[in-house]
Amino acid sequence: MLFTSYAFLGFVAVLFLLYYIVPRRWQWGLLLGASYLFYALAGTEYLAYILVTTVTVYYTALRIERNADRQTGYLKEHKNELTKEEKKAYKDRQKSIRLRWILAGLLLNLGILAVVKYTNFAIANLNGLLHAFGKGESRQLSFLDLALPLGISFYTFQALGYLIDVYRGTVRAQRNFFRFALFVSFFPQLVQGPISRFGDLSQTLYAEHAFDKKTFSFGLQRILWGYFKKLVIADRMLVGVNALIGDPEAYQGAWVLVGMFFYACELYADFTGGIDITIGIAQTLGITLQENFERPFFSRSLKEYWRRWHITMGTWFRDYIFYPISVCKFMQKFNKACRRYLGEAVGKRLPVYLSSFVVWFATGIWHGASWNFIVWGLGNWAVLMVSETLEPLYDRFHQRFGAGGKAYRLFEVVRTFLLVSALRTFDCYRSVPVTFRMFGTLFTARNWNILWDGSLLGLGLSLLDYGILAVGVLMLVSVSLLQRHGSVRERIFAKPYPLRFVLWYGLFLTVLLMGAYGVGYDASQFIYNQF
Amino acid sequence: MSENERNAGYIKDVENAKNKRYKSLLRGIVSALIVLVSLYLLQRLLVPKYVDDVVEGAFIAEYYGEEKDFDVIFIGDCEVYENFSPAMLWEQYGINSYIRGSAQQYIWQSYYLLEDTLRYETPDVVVFNVLSLQYDKAQREAYNRMTLEGMEWSAAKVKSILASMREEENFLDYVFPILRYHTRWSGLSGTDLEYMFDTKPVSHNGYYMRVDVKAAQDVPQGRILADYSFGEKAWDYLDRMRELCAKEGIELVLIKAPSLYPYWYPEWEEQVEEYAFAHGLRYINFLELGEETGIDYATDTYDGGLHMNLSGAEKLSAYFGSMLSEELGVPDRRKETELSSRWEEKLAAYEAEKQEQYRYYGMQP
Repeated sequence: MLFTSYAFLGFVAVLFLLYYIVPRRWQWGLLLGASYLFYALAGTEYLAYILVTTVTVYYTALRIERNADRQTGYLKEHKNELTKEEKKAYKDRQKSIRLRWILAGLLLNLGILAVVKYTNFAIANLNGLLHAFGKGESRQLSFLDLALPLGISFYTFQALGYLIDVYRGTVRAQRNFFRFALFVSFFPQLVQGPISRFGDLSQTLYAEHAFDKKTFSFGLQRILWGYFKKLVIADRMLVGVNALIGDPEAYQGAWVLVGMFFYACELYADFTGGIDITIGIAQTLGITLQENFERPFFSRSLKEYWRRWHITMGTWFRDYIFYPISVCKFMQKFNKACRRYLGEAVGKRLPVYLSSFVVWFATGIWHGASWNFIVWGLGNWAVLMVSETLEPLYDRFHQRFGAGGKAYRLFEVVRTFLLVSALRTFDCYRSVPVTFRMFGTLFTARNWNILWDGSLLGLGLSLLDYGILAVGVLMLVSVSLLQRHGSVRERIFAKPYPLRFVLWYGLFLTVLLMGAYGVGYDASQFIYNQF
Repeated sequence: MSENERNAGYIKDVENAKNKRYKSLLRGIVSALIVLVSLYLLQRLLVPKYVDDVVEGAFIAEYYGEEKDFDVIFIGDCEVYENFSPAMLWEQYGINSYIRGSAQQYIWQSYYLLEDTLRYETPDVVVFNVLSLQYDKAQREAYNRMTLEGMEWSAAKVKSILASMREEENFLDYVFPILRYHTRWSGLSGTDLEYMFDTKPVSHNGYYMRVDVKAAQDVPQGRILADYSFGEKAWDYLDRMRELCAKEGIELVLIKAPSLYPYWYPEWEEQVEEYAFAHGLRYINFLELGEETGIDYATDTYDGGLHMNLSGAEKLSAYFGSMLSEELGVPDRRKETELSSRWEEKLAAYEAEKQEQYRYYGMQP
């Protein structure tokens, strides 16, 4: 059920109604039922996957916590009887048990994710190797017919984040299985995130919510803004993007820049629009989800951009991959060895490079089982590491030339936007050689005239479409600028009712009349659904 | 503060709260009204009016403005609404008839139009053109729209929509056409404003008049088909149509209009003949009655043999009218004063358009 389908709107409308009619203690149960219904409508065959993850993570977390509680109890009870060494030996034994449990939980669930998402990618690479070594067609492996369950990357990461948190003792395990099942399957975020932490989401997910007019209307406003981004901007831009990437040979040189810009805008409007709808739905239900974006295109560096784009994924990789790798025994030994043999300056950097490499490789492959995503991830890694290494040089440059004024900050914002957009073309063309070749044409094809000679109208977008897109993008930028000074909805809320009505109803009519939906438009799912 | 002052303050608070509630309620009602009225107006503005180039979408709705006591109802696709002239049937035989035709009307749509018609009247004869038996599923959304949108809401319309929808279509788009036509705002014309609430008649009792001539030349032969059998859905709806007519005491007449194209295969003809014979239905293939009807494909068609022009339609109606009155006993009602006066107006409009078209095409009447 696509977020942009009438069926979904009907589903959500009925849920809102029921949610505030049923006794409040049943609200979370209703959400669980609705989430599983939502999931079943995507394909009943996928239910098994999410159930396996739910059951195994639930059970593993309980075992880990029981073990930790038993350890605490035992040590308290035998506080005076045990020597320091005995206590340490006991703790090590228990820790090793917990480690075995968490490894089992992680391996099983990451294994499921790996099998359904990456098996065919591995087969394709193996076939490539066999072919390269002259084994020919006779030794080629057949691809498996594996369907990717809806939102598997998102719910797996969310569930495993919870498991690691329980292992670390930062959250208590959820004892009610059904409540935990709701945490894993909560339908608005199942499709494209955000990847919530149990400690945050559980604060409001299971609470009883009375109907609050302001919260409810704020939620609806956020949903509407999300649909504006998705239907008026992203899906309209998609027409141009599809034309450009559908026939790369015909669209070279300056067209690559156009594609870069179009795809960056489309992806932003699509993904942030989807997240707005998700957070808005949760808000109407009285549930708070973590923000996933913080005006990323206002970033002045790639590092800052990644702190502000897909925040919940970034922090997930940081907390559950980067930090554990950085402090693991192997990395500590590696750190020491590097410092000893390569000197302090270089030696201290190499372990960071290595940990970051793992994180960015994982980020790339998490987005999709293909080389273009891996190269995209590693491209980000390379730029980030070069920037970090050259940071002292930048600082000296900034001090020397007094760079830091408004104009320079604007330059940095534009530079970061171009850099991000350029890296995104790996994602856009979905092929590494094609992306490199297309970049090459930027320097060989001299067709800058396409920017003003009317060729842009050949992308399937009319002048009116460009007008709508220009106004739409301007609105996005304006709202982002206003957001720097606080909630835009709060500011509108403080205005007189007639003005508020005109604003929100105007936005509704804009979506209704200018949205790319219905017959004549291919229902396009959100880009991040595919991850 | 005294007790009285406290009470007065409390009463004031209660009144303020009450006023606030009323104000909020009033605001809600006014806002809802603005939303509903503006959406209704927008919808009226955006839906196609079918009064200019593509008028075929207006035919179905025109029926509801009629006095419904017709003796003969034609149902089917363009082969009925372009090939038969109810005006001629009235003038020559006093037959009060109406064509419930629409572009590429599928057989299930014909069936539900029949059901819809029976909500208002029970004709003596229903004439169904069999060309649509070739389709087992809807071919284009545009054709669905042109038939279904004109129907008034009823169980028949709902069933017809559900039977017709293609994969990309959605029932809600029929309930709220603004969802379907939301992008038309960029192509609105003066006509959309002029006919926002009321439309002008574009047919003559469902007949679409064309006086121009384009002779039939080089009519293509039908391409070879893998399977000439009509589909299950088509047969099912023909059965239902037959049963419904039998139940209501209506004579169902199957016809194949004399259009040369789309090609009518002998294998199709055979199946219809067998069906008609098996169920005792009258079946007339006008393609085989060229001499009797006097159709001349050099002068009686306006698009190379696909459809009859006025001359062809009047010839065909003259022939079929005698069959209807003599063989099927459809009454001559020209003596009914009220009906006659209605027809006088209709004939005047018919004549006026005829003259206008002759002028437009630079032809002599």
